[in-house]
Formats: sequence, structure tokens, C-alpha cells
Amino acid sequence: MSVLSVGHLTMKFGGLVAVNDFNLELEKGEIVGLIGPNGAGKTTVFNMIAGYYVPTEGSILFQGRPIQGRKANQITKAGIARTFQNIRLFSELSVIENVMIGFHCRIRSTFLGATLKLPLYRREEKRMAEGAMKLLEEVDLTDVAHEKATSLPYGKQRRLEIARALATGPALLLLDEPAAGMNPSETQDLLQLILRIRKDYELTVFLIEHDMKFVMEICERLKVLDYGTTIAEGPPHEIQNNPRVIEAYLGEVQRAQG
Amino acid sequence: MELTFFLQQMINGVALGSLYGLIAIGYTMVYGIIRLINFAHGDVMMMGCYFAYFGILMFSMPWWVSFAVAMVLTAVLGITMDKGAYLPVRNAPRISALITAIGVSFLLENVGLVVFGGRPKGFATPAMFSEVYEVAGLMVPALVVWTPLLTLVILSGVLFIIHRTKTGRAMRCISLDMETTRLMGVDVNRIISVTFAVGSAAAAAGGIMWAMRYPEINPLMGIIPGFKAFVAAVLGGIGNITGAMLGGLLLGVAEILLVALMPELAGYRDAVAFGLLILILLFRPTGLMGTKLPD
Amino acid sequence: MDPNANRNALLSVLGTMLVLAMVHLAGSHGTEYQIRILNNIAIFIILAVSYNLINGVTGQFSLAPNAFVALGAYTSSLLTLTPAEKEISFIIEPCIWPLSVITTPFIVSLVAAGLVSALLAFAMGFPVFRTRGDYLAIVTLGFGEVVRVIANNTQSITNGPLGLKGIAEHTTLWWSWGFAIVTIFLVARLIRSSYGMAMKAIKYDEAAAEAVGINTYWHKMLAFTTSGFFQGIGGGLLAHLITTISPTLFTFFLTFNLLIIIVMGGLGSTTGAVLGAFLFTWGGEWLRFVDEPMDLGFTEIPGIPGMRMVIFSCILIFIMIFARHGIMRTREFSWNWLCGKLGIGGRLR
Repeated sequence: MSVLSVGHLTMKFGGLVAVNDFNLELEKGEIVGLIGPNGAGKTTVFNMIAGYYVPTEGSILFQGRPIQGRKANQITKAGIARTFQNIRLFSELSVIENVMIGFHCRIRSTFLGATLKLPLYRREEKRMAEGAMKLLEEVDLTDVAHEKATSLPYGKQRRLEIARALATGPALLLLDEPAAGMNPSETQDLLQLILRIRKDYELTVFLIEHDMKFVMEICERLKVLDYGTTIAEGPPHEIQNNPRVIEAYLGEVQRAQG
Repeated sequence: MELTFFLQQMINGVALGSLYGLIAIGYTMVYGIIRLINFAHGDVMMMGCYFAYFGILMFSMPWWVSFAVAMVLTAVLGITMDKGAYLPVRNAPRISALITAIGVSFLLENVGLVVFGGRPKGFATPAMFSEVYEVAGLMVPALVVWTPLLTLVILSGVLFIIHRTKTGRAMRCISLDMETTRLMGVDVNRIISVTFAVGSAAAAAGGIMWAMRYPEINPLMGIIPGFKAFVAAVLGGIGNITGAMLGGLLLGVAEILLVALMPELAGYRDAVAFGLLILILLFRPTGLMGTKLPD
Repeated sequence: MDPNANRNALLSVLGTMLVLAMVHLAGSHGTEYQIRILNNIAIFIILAVSYNLINGVTGQFSLAPNAFVALGAYTSSLLTLTPAEKEISFIIEPCIWPLSVITTPFIVSLVAAGLVSALLAFAMGFPVFRTRGDYLAIVTLGFGEVVRVIANNTQSITNGPLGLKGIAEHTTLWWSWGFAIVTIFLVARLIRSSYGMAMKAIKYDEAAAEAVGINTYWHKMLAFTTSGFFQGIGGGLLAHLITTISPTLFTFFLTFNLLIIIVMGGLGSTTGAVLGAFLFTWGGEWLRFVDEPMDLGFTEIPGIPGMRMVIFSCILIFIMIFARHGIMRTREFSWNWLCGKLGIGGRLR
């Protein structure tokens, strides 16, 4: 059974068709990339899967169960975690608190139990703190655990956002331009990180990225969107030479120049 | 129900509603341009009434001069408020601006209490507005005729400014994108001040007619009409001036009809506006005219 | 885990005992005036700390605390007034059954006040949290007004504009400060728990909070209901302090005072809310002179009633313009911080 099965997904904003008839099957453990020129509708696809938009048409099955139209927090609890294109950390909270919050959606303590610090909550709180520390180790941020989240440099903020997503205990990770704004060595570290967490946490990864070198290196399969329509899909080396893809990207260059 | 009774109530409702609409113009203009709920707007209206009151009483001006001067002074007050309190918090989080507005509202009310005293003052209604005509069995106070007419004149004036003048075009640009407008070389702060001035002057006109209706004024008189005018603005789709006017009419008629049809609920009259607000936000958050509400 | 946890717990217990000892001293040696001020401070602490939970911590700008305080005040007063007293008070319409015959002890009436206000907050939350930001502010403001309008019109329950008189003066320093300490303790614990963290997350970025699986709607409801609970209790204490209540007591003006308190202390900081309550009550008393005639020896300046509020309004505006984050920003007092300052223990992270 596929982890994620998306059929005929369409999103219209008024008269504008942002995404048209998008289909996708993700098998367990895959890393699949979604590429395309700016404004092609990539983030819209993410927003539909993650529950931020209700699709106009189509179905989304996660581990065999329909999830379209459910609230974002329910989808996260079901096992899909995401990061944002424009990093969205909880600015005034510390690095470790940002990660601990990710565990909150899975605690069993009630509101009163947590306020009164009943034994169950004490145990869970301990587990949250330890789990958060372990994830910070994973993304190599233990030394800044008590700094304010937004005081970190860009690359570290990106990694922190991934750690926070992992804290929610996902089976599927959606990464929206994880390498954006990173220098080549940071990008290389990120690549290793994604491969490592995929193995350690048995993840399936679906990512949007503009850095073609990164995409070609990490993704096993690619889908290409242009004006909301899928124009190509397949392994990276095929996509690289696909004339329609080249045209879509070249077209963008020409439009920009013209 | 008798037709004359119904017509009578409708006339009253329209008169009251156009007052709400008139006050709502200032709310909706300011919100449209800088996304600020100017809490103090009702109190600005109150100040307008006192300006007119003192104009007639202390300086013995003819009423129309006094009213015009009051509108100008209120416009100046609007600009002062913008420059003194809102400009410094323009780049702060929206909630800071809202708190500032609440502060300005209390400041005006309490300055009113300190300077004018808490006791209500009788408002001298010019003879022209206090007559009552009898038309086909209906009792029509002159004010009820004049209010919608004056409202219409002011509304047209405001619409003219917004759609036919350069300043108005700048206002519309700022409401879409303040930064870009600034980059285009528009003096954004000046345009915002003009917006406050126009909205405040309209509120003064509304307030003066409100004062003639009752006919007395006090420093806390702006609170309730201010709140209702805000509801009118939301009803009409905030940022939309014609919508604000329609929202005001709807609210006025609804209120008058409630009191006329169910006199035992008259005490809940002030709750009508709020009930409508809740309903609109729950079921049609874009307002009647369909302008998108911001998040 | 904090290595100083045990020391800090001990210090908290000692601190609480110190406050209670001071309460005892004040109760036995203080003048009536001083005792009233101290009671006011305690009640404002309860109201401000719980108001800060929804406005400062969760970032949902409610303007309805006056509604909950009002409901709490009426609920507890109606429960402690005896049937005979109610019969005398309700001159226009008799009090409805079963309120007319019930009398409960003070503590029961306070808990009931908290629960009823919490229930109102819960019910109000459903529509209110479909809106955000400015709209939430306006909708809650409207709700606050409606509660007042209802209090004015339901003669047989609230005695209408006449209000309730002759409420027993049950609120002593022990009650007010006892509840203030309990409120601070519970709310501070809540804020430090993962539920509190989730509430802060909503304030900083609601979309991201959803992304980490936080049911933002539900957590707002929790914060709002909790806040309503303590505000109800505060209302009950207030009613049994001033012994006469009427709808005019619970206008937006009350909300405005609480707003100044939490803004002054720093939106989001419980410590700030406590400091704000002190400053506001003290400052308010100190500023009383501007309302009263002043004798300068050679001439007398007549007092200007209302001048105090002009000053408070200006203070609010000035804070917003020049010191938006208040005294504490979102920081909190902690023993670690104090010990660090005093150079004791020295183990700070």
C-alpha cells in the first residue's frame, strides 16, 4: 500500500486554476521531489496535502485513509509533518522549546493533569525534554538548545524546523524548499541529514526544491509542475533531458529576459 | 400591522440608519487604508458635537457656520490623533495600534469629562431641523428628512474624493500596498492624515445630527453610536464605503423595527447590533458587499 | 531537568509564607484604608493574571473580562444573599425560584462563580474563535456589552439597574490573597506546561502551531475558559468586598483598567501582570490628589474629577509608543534569576 495516494487533485481560487488534476503515489521510504518554475503551484499542492487548503476536487489518501478536508492539526497527528518555505519558528521561544512543542500533540496528559503536574505528566514532560534533546543532536543544534530560535543563522533555523517536524512523529515529511538560502556545504550537510533521518525514522519524504543539483542527487523520482499541470515525471536523469521540462524552465528565463 | 405605522417606523429607521452609515464612513476608510479599528472614532464624533455646541453657544455663530467650523475642527482633531498617537505605532504589531486606539478613546472621553463636565448639555437644534411636517397622516420631523439628504451629500463627496481625485487614488493604492505606494513617491503619511480628516469630518456631521435628534450631548455619547457604526461597517464589508452606508441603513431599520414590533424587548435594543455582528462574522465573514475580510 | 528544582520549590514555599505573614500583619495592624487597598491589589492580581493568559500568553485579544467578572460577581452574591435579603432587594420584580431560596457558604458561592463564568467563556468561545485579531477584539467587546445589557434587563435575576445591595462583606485579606496566590501558582504552572507552550505557539505563529499538530481552536478555548474561571472568582471576591454591585460597575471601563495593568507589566508575563496590578492600584491611589482640591498655601487649585483617567489613558498611549513591551516583556520572575543576581548557588544556564 502506498503511503500517500493523491488522485485528480485540483485547486481553484476563483477563476484561477492553481493546480489541475495532480496525481501522486508515494511508496514507503521514497524521496520524491516536486519541481517547477515559480508560481507553478508546488506549495499549493503541499498546502492541500497538509490541510491548509481544502481541495476543490480530488482525493488524498494517507496510509489508505482519506484525509482531504481535514484540519491541518489533524493531518499532523495522522502522521504528515511539514516545514515552510519561509521558515516559521516560534520566534520568542527557545530552540529546545520549539522542538518540545512538536511532542505536545501526542501527550496523553489532560489539561488539568498537566497544570497540576500529575505523575503521568511528569513522566511525559521528561520524555518530551529527552526526545527534544535527542532530535537536537540529530540536527546538531544541542549547543544552542537554550538560545532564542530566531537568533540562529538561517541554515540552523532550517534544521530546527526539520527537528520540530520530526518531533510530531511523522511517517511522511513534506519539506518546502529545505535548501533555500543555504551555501553549498550546508546543502551537502542537509542532504546527509535527510538521508539519515529517512533511515532512522523510517520516513517517506516529499520535497519542493529549486536547487537542481540537490534535487537530482537526493530524489529517486521527480514530478514537474508548470502552470498547475504535471508536465513530466520520472527518475531525475530522464527529467533532466525532457524537452518539455527544459522548455518550461527556459520559457521562464526567456520571459524574465523578454 | 397598519401601513402608516410601518411607514413611520421605516422612515425613522432610515434616518437612524443613515446616521450610523455616516459615522461608519470614517471607520471603514481608516480600516481600509491602514487596517486599524479606530476605537476612538465615536469619541471623535462626540468632540465634533461639543465643537458645534460651543460654536453656537459661546461664539454665537449662526448654526451653519458653527457646524462647518465644527467639521473642520474635528478634521483637525483627526489629523492630530493620527500624527500624535497612530503614526508612532504604525510599524508596531497591529495589536499595539489597537491598544493605542483604545487609549485614545479613553483619553478623549475623559478629557471631555474634565473639560466639559459630565452633565449632559442641551443641544440647541436650529428651527429648520426641529419642525415636524405632517404628510398623508405620517408625522415627519424635519430632521428625519434632512438626515438622509445630508448623508447622501456627504457620501457623494467622499466617493468623489476617493474615486475622482489624485488623493483618492493614492488612498486606494495605500489600501492595496502601502510600501509600494511609498516607493512610487507618494507621501503616504499625508494621505493617511487626509483619510483621518475626511472620516472625522463625516463623523462630526453625523454626531451633530445625532445630537439634534436627542437633543443633548455628553462626553460618553460617542461610545454606543461608535460601536454600532463599526458594526455597520463590518456589515457592509469593511473598507467599502457604499457598503458601510447600506450596513448602517440595515442596522437602523432592524433596531427601530425591533422596538416597534416587540416593545417588551426594547431594553435589548443595543444588543441588536451585536447580534448582527456575530451572525455576519459567522455566516458571511465578507460582509454584505462581499469585500474580503483580512485574517 | 533543572538542578535547582528542590531549592526553588523550597523558596516558593518560603515566599508564599512570607506573603501570608505580611497579610496577617496587615490584617491585624493595618488601617481600614490600607486593608482595602491590599484587597484591591489581590483582586486585580487575580483578574490581571487570568486576563493575561488569554491576551498575553495565547495572543487572543479578548475585550470581554468585564463580562466574566460581572457574571462571577452576580452569581456569588445571589448565592450568599439570604432569601429575606433578596426579598427586600428585589422591589420591582421578585427574584426567580430557585435563586430566591438558595443560600450557600461563601466558598461554595466563589467556586460556583468560577464555574458559571467558565461555562460562559466556553460557550462564548465557540463563535468568538472563528474570528481573529481585531475582529476577535470587537466581537468580545460586543459580548461584554451584551452581558451588561442583559444584567440591566433581567430584573428577576439581577434586579436590573438597581443592582444588589447588602452583600455580606466576606472578602478578607486571607480570602483575596489566598486566591491570588492560588491563581498565580496554577496559571504559572499551566503556562510552563506543554499546554502553555502550545498556547504561546499559537500567539507566535498560528499556522506553524497547526503544523506541529496543535489544535489551535481547542487550545484557545482552554485558555479562554480557564481565564473565565478565575475572572469569575475575582468577580465574586470583588462583590463581597464592595458589598453593592450594579451593571454600571462592569462596563468596558473595567476591561480598560485590566488592559492597562497587563500592558504595563508586559503582555504575556504573569510576573508583569502581578507587578502591573500593584502599580496600577498604588498609582491610582497616589494619583487621587489630582482629582481633589489642592491647597498650595497661598491659593487653592480646585480638584478635577476624571483627571486620573486622563493620566491613565496617556500612560497607556505612552507605553504603546515608547515601551511597547512593558516592564517584563514576556520574561518571568524565577528563583534562578534572583539567586543569580544575588550570587547564590550560581548555577545558571
